[in-house]
This record gives sequence, structure tokens and C-alpha cells, in this order.
Amino acid sequence: MADLQSQDYIRRSASTMTPPSVRRHELEVAKLIDVSRCIGCKACQAACMEWNNLRGEVGYFEGTYDNPLDLDPNTWTLMRFTEWVDEKGNLEWLIRKDGCMHCEDPGCLKACPAPGAIVQYANGIVDFVSENCIGCGYCVKGCPFNIPRISPVDHKSYKCTLCSDRVGVGVEPACVKTCPTGAIMFGTKSDMTNWAGERIEDLKSRGFQNAGLYDPPGVSGTHVMYVLHHADRPSLYAGLPDNPRISLFVDFWKGLYKPLALAGMGLAVLAGFFHWVVAGPNEVQPEDEAAAQRLLRDAEQRK
Amino acid sequence: MRYPRGTLIRNTTAARINHWITGGCFVLLLLSGLAMFHPLLYWLSALFGGGQWTRAVHPWIGCVLLVSYAGLIVQFWRDNLWNRDDIAWMRAFRRVLQNEEEGVPELDRFNAGQKFVFWSMALLVPILFVTGIVIWDVYFSPYTTIELQRVAVAVHCLAAAAAIIVWIIHVYAAIWVRGSLQAMTRGYVTPGWAWRHHRKWLRRLAASGSVGPRPGADGEAHRPPGRA
Repeated sequence: MADLQSQDYIRRSASTMTPPSVRRHELEVAKLIDVSRCIGCKACQAACMEWNNLRGEVGYFEGTYDNPLDLDPNTWTLMRFTEWVDEKGNLEWLIRKDGCMHCEDPGCLKACPAPGAIVQYANGIVDFVSENCIGCGYCVKGCPFNIPRISPVDHKSYKCTLCSDRVGVGVEPACVKTCPTGAIMFGTKSDMTNWAGERIEDLKSRGFQNAGLYDPPGVSGTHVMYVLHHADRPSLYAGLPDNPRISLFVDFWKGLYKPLALAGMGLAVLAGFFHWVVAGPNEVQPEDEAAAQRLLRDAEQRK
Repeated sequence: MRYPRGTLIRNTTAARINHWITGGCFVLLLLSGLAMFHPLLYWLSALFGGGQWTRAVHPWIGCVLLVSYAGLIVQFWRDNLWNRDDIAWMRAFRRVLQNEEEGVPELDRFNAGQKFVFWSMALLVPILFVTGIVIWDVYFSPYTTIELQRVAVAVHCLAAAAAIIVWIIHVYAAIWVRGSLQAMTRGYVTPGWAWRHHRKWLRRLAASGSVGPRPGADGEAHRPPGRA
């Protein structure tokens, strides 16, 4: 990606015009997170805070390794720790780096009502353009991964940018650069998929028969992918959705319903207008006034 | 408020103020809501000072409308109760649409169309309020699940479009039936208007010697003779 201009957009929230996407030749990028190589050091979390200038409030120890406990407007990536005992009774410590998955079909972008507040670049990165964000929280409802967080300070939504500012000038995301074990990698999506294939073969040879790549088809694939040792059960990894897809409610609300509702309102207005043209106004006639006066007089006399 | 001599009070001053607060809120909600509903109408957010302001102010206006509409329910529910005349009126609806008065039954204060508008809003306003609370992200998002918010936002939009269509019917009827707009702006109608559209209401007022809007509830004075 050469820069972050609108020429690089392939999707733009709340826009009736398709972006021109003049830089379609852009290669799709992906971040590959190899869960099996993660040691849970949280260097990626620290690097993310540092590069993006994020400083969350210091919290409290809650008896878990998760720190902080959840994503928030200042925490765009978070290591989630799960202790799981497999069928043979072995304890497995599953550590997943959570954050925006950069869906090919982004639910947040679909739900967003503010033009240009969420964009997708030709390289696949889904980015929030904060100056256009109105803080409605629709992206939260659109997202199948529960990622965006609205800041109570400036009422804007925040999440991982995949370091679009770094990628735009040809360097890898901060988390990738800092990862000491090479568990986080970055490159073209096809390279990352190939590399994941090798890793998965290796894992299978070590007894993880269900090892696989997490690139969920329900959202047309993602630009952040996981290598999982238990790809048959993604939800083991701190609730990673087994089959994520945009909610049917969001699909209906942002799909069929939008034109249907406007058409319904338009039809009601047209019906009124043509009724006026055909039948015209209903006006009180002099006979009505005369009849009413007779009635009032009669009533007066009866008293 | 004083009314011209010889007219009937259709809506009291309190009812009219109440109505226009509700109507004003509704129009503001419609504009700000549509701005957030369809990208084609996002420009309406400029009327409220931009997207952030539109998002922030919309729910507060909704709260005012809820209270205001509750006031309308208190003032109007009795005259909006459903009865046999309404069924007869609906049978004659084709004639009503064609401005033919013959064959249309005599009616009390409200016809079935007006009652439909009243009760539709009485149903839709609370639905919009409750679902609106669920999607009022700033204050209420920690108390609900995202799945519930998804349902709420879909229901909110369905109910909003229904309310807008009911409102369009309401506004057009006020334009169509001459004299009804004045009944809500200045509060009075001529006896001829009452004869034409609400003859039972007129008979009821005449029998009790009331000037409206309900026998025994007329506290407001008419202008002295000569000033009409």
C-alpha cells in the first residue's frame, strides 16, 4: 500500500457510491498468529501500546494472566489465556492474541452509519477513520468477534489498525516486529497461508491431528489468521467463534430493510399526494354550517 | 385562550401544547433517526451539528417524546376507545376516501382512522423507547448483551419506519380534511365542521350545552360578542 488515501479504499462505510479502488493491484496482506509458538510474553501488547501511543488506566490483579481483563479503547490487542485439559488428561495452556481479525467481509463496516468512518483498503486492512466516527456503537453490533470498543472519553470507536500507518510505508505491524518467538508473522495473504500449511503439517506430525488454519469462510476469510492446534474447536481458545458470521439481524437491518423502509415511506407520501390529486380536499360546505346551526337551535329550544 | 364566538373547542390549550411538543420531538427524531439509518440521508445530521451531535441528542429527544406522548394518552384515551361505529366507518372507508359523506355513519369525537393513529403510536412509542434504551450505547451498553442490542436495533428500525408511515398518514389527513389543522393550531372548529365529520360529537355537545371538547370539561372562554 502506497499511502492511506481514498484511492486505496475498496469499501467505505455508509456510502452509496462504490469507491473507485484504482489501486486494485495491491497484494492482500495478512497477519499470521501461530498460537502453537506463542509463549504469552505480552511483548506484542506492549509494542501495540507503544506504537499507537495508548496508555490504559492501571487496573487490578484479578487472579488471571489476562491483563487487562478485556479489550478496551486503549487495548487493541490482548493475550487471552485458557487452561484446558485434553482427552488424555494433559494440561494445555492455550494462549491467543485477541484483536481485530480484519475480515474480508467486515460486519463493523456494514453496520456503520457514518460515511467513511470505517474503510477497507485494497490490501485488506479494515481501518477506523476516527474523525468520521460518531460513536453510535453500531460497529460493535456488526462485529462477529466482539472487538470494537467505544471510548467514553471522546465517544469514538477503537480497535487494531493492523498498523496501517506502518504497513503503508512498507514495514510490518509493531506486534510482528516485537514478537520474540516468531509466533506473529506478516506478509501477503498467500505467503502466510502457505507458511501456515507447513506449520500445520509439522504440528500434525507431532500428534496434533486437528491442527489447522483459522481463516473463517463465514466472513469471507480474514486478514488476521491463526494456526491452531485444535482447529476443529476454535472456541477452546477463549471463545474464538467456531463459525463467525455477521448476525442475521444486522444483515436484515443493513441489507434488505434499508431500501424497503425508504420505499415504504416514499409510497405513503405518494399515496397521499395522488389521493389529493384524485379526490382533493374535504371541505366544509355551507349546507353543513346551516344544518349545524339548525341542530344547535333545536337543542337550545329543547332546554 | 379565547375562541371566536360560535365555534366549538376541539382541543384545549393544554392538549394543543402537548400535541405540538410531541410533534416537534417526532420531527426531530425522524430527521436525526433517518440520518443514522440511511447513507442517502446522512446529510440531515448537519441540521443537528454533525454526526456526533445527532447520535448524542437523538435519545434525549426520545425521552421527551415518551413523556409528552404519555400526556397525550392521558388526555385522549377516553375518546379513542373502539366501538361499533368504527367498524361501520371502516366499512364505508371507500366513500370516506372519495369525500362522500352519504352512507358514512355519524361519529363521535374521533373516527377509526384517528383512533388507529392514536393507538399505533401508543404501541410504537414504548417499543421505540425500550429498544432505544438498549442501543443507547453511552449509558446502557454495559447492561445488555451485544446479541440483545442487535435484536433491539432491528426492532427499533422496524418500529420507526412504521411510526413514520403512521405519521405521514396523520399529516396528510390533517391537510386533506380542511379545518383539522386549525383544530390543533388554534383549537376550534366551526359547528359545520363538526356536523360534517363528527356529528355524534356535535349532538352530544349540543344536548349538554357544551362548547367542547367534552361535555362538562369546557373551562375555556369564548371571545365576547363582536370580537370574533
